[in-house]
Amino acid sequence: MTTQIDTALTPPPSGSSTSGQGSISVIGLLARYLGLAAFNAMALTFIYTFLQDDNLNLVVVFSIITLLANIVIFVPRLWPLRWIAPGLLLALLFVIYPIVYTVVTAFSNYGDGHMLTKGQVASLLEQQQFIPENAQTYRWIVYQNAAGNYALWLVTTDAAGNPLVAFAPIGAAIEEVASPASEPPEQYAAYRLLTRAEQTRALGTLERAVFGIGSDTVAILNGRQAARPLMQRYVYDATSNSILDQQTNTRYLGDDKLGLFIPEGGTAENALVPGYRVNIGLANFQRLFSNPVLLEPLVDISGWTVMYAILAVVISFAFGLLMAMVLDHPFVPFAKFWRALIFIPYAIPAVISILIWRGLLNQTIGIVTNAIADLTGYRIPWFTDPWAAKAAILLVDLWIGYPYMMLVCSGALKAIPTEMYEAAAVDGAKPWHSFWKITLPMLLISVGPLLIASFMFTFNNYLLIELLTSGNPPIPGITATAGYTDLLINYTYNLAFGANNANTQADYGYASAITLIIFAVMVVIALFNYRFVARWERIGENV
Amino acid sequence: MSSRPRAKVRVQEDHASTSLIVSSRERFFGTTWRMILVLLATAFALLPVVFVFSSAINPAGTLTTQTLLPRGIESLSDMTTNFRKLMFDAESLAVFPFWNWVVNSAIVSVTSTTLIVLSTILSAYAFSRFRFYGRKTLLLGIMLLQAFPNLLAMIAIFLILLEIGRLSTAIPQVLPFLSFIDWSFLNLFVLNALGGLILVYVAGSAGLNTWLMKGFLDTVPREIDESAKVDGATAWQTFWMLIFPLARPMIVVIGVIAFIGTFNDFVLARIILRDKENWTVMVGLYSFINEQFNRDWGMFAAGAVVAGTPIVIMYLLLQDHLARGLTSGAVKG
Repeated sequence: MTTQIDTALTPPPSGSSTSGQGSISVIGLLARYLGLAAFNAMALTFIYTFLQDDNLNLVVVFSIITLLANIVIFVPRLWPLRWIAPGLLLALLFVIYPIVYTVVTAFSNYGDGHMLTKGQVASLLEQQQFIPENAQTYRWIVYQNAAGNYALWLVTTDAAGNPLVAFAPIGAAIEEVASPASEPPEQYAAYRLLTRAEQTRALGTLERAVFGIGSDTVAILNGRQAARPLMQRYVYDATSNSILDQQTNTRYLGDDKLGLFIPEGGTAENALVPGYRVNIGLANFQRLFSNPVLLEPLVDISGWTVMYAILAVVISFAFGLLMAMVLDHPFVPFAKFWRALIFIPYAIPAVISILIWRGLLNQTIGIVTNAIADLTGYRIPWFTDPWAAKAAILLVDLWIGYPYMMLVCSGALKAIPTEMYEAAAVDGAKPWHSFWKITLPMLLISVGPLLIASFMFTFNNYLLIELLTSGNPPIPGITATAGYTDLLINYTYNLAFGANNANTQADYGYASAITLIIFAVMVVIALFNYRFVARWERIGENV
Repeated sequence: MSSRPRAKVRVQEDHASTSLIVSSRERFFGTTWRMILVLLATAFALLPVVFVFSSAINPAGTLTTQTLLPRGIESLSDMTTNFRKLMFDAESLAVFPFWNWVVNSAIVSVTSTTLIVLSTILSAYAFSRFRFYGRKTLLLGIMLLQAFPNLLAMIAIFLILLEIGRLSTAIPQVLPFLSFIDWSFLNLFVLNALGGLILVYVAGSAGLNTWLMKGFLDTVPREIDESAKVDGATAWQTFWMLIFPLARPMIVVIGVIAFIGTFNDFVLARIILRDKENWTVMVGLYSFINEQFNRDWGMFAAGAVVAGTPIVIMYLLLQDHLARGLTSGAVKG
């Protein structure tokens, strides 16, 4: 071991210039700075490329990450952060930035119809072309070169009645043919004249093609006999923040509050498609609380989410505690064996067990449904009746969740001092009394944080709902995709990603607004839980 | 006043008679109702397990033909019909590339677990042993971050991975003098690639694990560090040679949790991995059900048995160890 002065365990006095890690060998120092240099070079390459790609978000995020990495290395006082930096910087990119992104999105109209920024929308629109009504028309014949590219031989007459001929390949400039023969030649440049049959076969491709390049283009739209020159349809003017439609001669004014180009004197309904992404302030939240169409399903779904989370935790806890007490009792033989068997559901990967239950509960052929139908004559509509579907979810949740509660309760029960029971018995307490007055309160103190964590998990148990019922049955009479068994998180996910329903529009802004509300609720619960745990923290000697 | 001590003695005797000396009648009923409960709970727990095993060995592979206990099995080859189809049938492997999924899952879980354990123990050691400005805030912060419903953060993660995917072609274009480097290695970390999924797993796992590990390291006496310091060891040497070996019990706990968590994950894997050749086992198993719920039930069951059994065995073997580790970490906070 080398002899080095180490001050790692005691923070260096403030103002001291020595590195907290103590003196470090030259090789170590060299390795550290070479590593940082490589990291910086790589990061700068990325940042520059993002900048060229107009991805300013990632430019900022990667700059912050790079800056922090350098600060941590170069500021001696921050040496303890070097141990945390690898995890922290990765979390910055994949955890913190997405959260910030969600927050920003919640105040924007980001979603289908408003996916792009104003600049992107303008340049997208400027690519559109149209055929002016009074345009010159050409008769056309098709040529093709060895590479398979098509070109048009265009013929028309000028005002004086003289023939005018031009040759228009795809993706290259249209050239005038100076002194044409009366008939089109078999071969022109590298292009060969197609036979009539070949032309007919190529028609599908030709109709979609644009011949020429830049602003000088020609097209034969929808199998027309005549080809016509194309014109750029929309022209964006940044200074007046407007777009001119050259086809209808309408001016569309950019409305930066709505993120739409609205025709002069017209309404938002007639706006250009697509709109663009803008900050719309609190509109998403206002919409949430003022629009009954949106509020109604949200209230229903929130109610069910809270009910589900509470019921699932309470039922699992009750069953877990019951089985823990039963199995801990000296009367039960082979308790370890039974406990292992009962624990199995918790160990099975959730995807597998949920899908098995979906098969077991299948309404027409599931063996559980069949058995119940044979016994009672009633076929439970697990996935079409709202209450049966909710019961199915609670059943599967109980099956998956209570072995964990059993395990936790079993440990916590052993920690309750037996003297307390003896003292209670001395005072004449019945077993029932000592359960309510001793076991449960003592248990809740130690298991409480885990119950709250379990509540938070259940509240956002997207997987169970998605795989078991997918939110079905649907709530009738509302426009948004919402089902009776949808949790808030499932509803939000479907809002954002449009679910399987093709005609629902993805609305990231609105979905992010709901996410923020869920997040706020979760943070409050987590903070409460933290204070709970903090009580032990004070007991711990090291904190 | 004089009656109280006597009363106390009598109660004590009563108590003793109920708890220690039990009549055989009482013992019989006490055992009976408890065993009925235990058997019911076991039956409830094992019903789906029995069903999935029976589906797996039932040669008729549809859900319609399933019964709790399989019928129509006449030979060993009948029992292995679904397994053979799942693992060796070329036609079925073209639709459901099971071995790809197994290999992908192994790569993702092992790599993520290693990285998660390493980054967790490094930061936990700093949080446990060093005192620095912002320590409490950071600790609280990483816990609160865990409370974010990260399903919705997927939009941003999606866009990041998409943008990284453009880097390998964009860098040589934008900075031609750097084209001597083969940037295609970046494609390991994009949408639809396992590396991208691994990065997301590692980044998202910090919160809870750091707390667990820090709680454990807090119970390791600081005298160990002090004496190493006296002997002239650096913080890194102390960590690597003393603390790391001592933390092995908690490393096992976090490693197992991370391994099982990443192996079992479905939601993130389904969003990030697009092509079926790149799927993990869980995403693949879902596809049996998703495409035709009834038809491929037998193959799903066989896949579930193959993928689920190792995890269940791992859990059962390490059950006590996990429970102890989790409670010690949670309580010590």
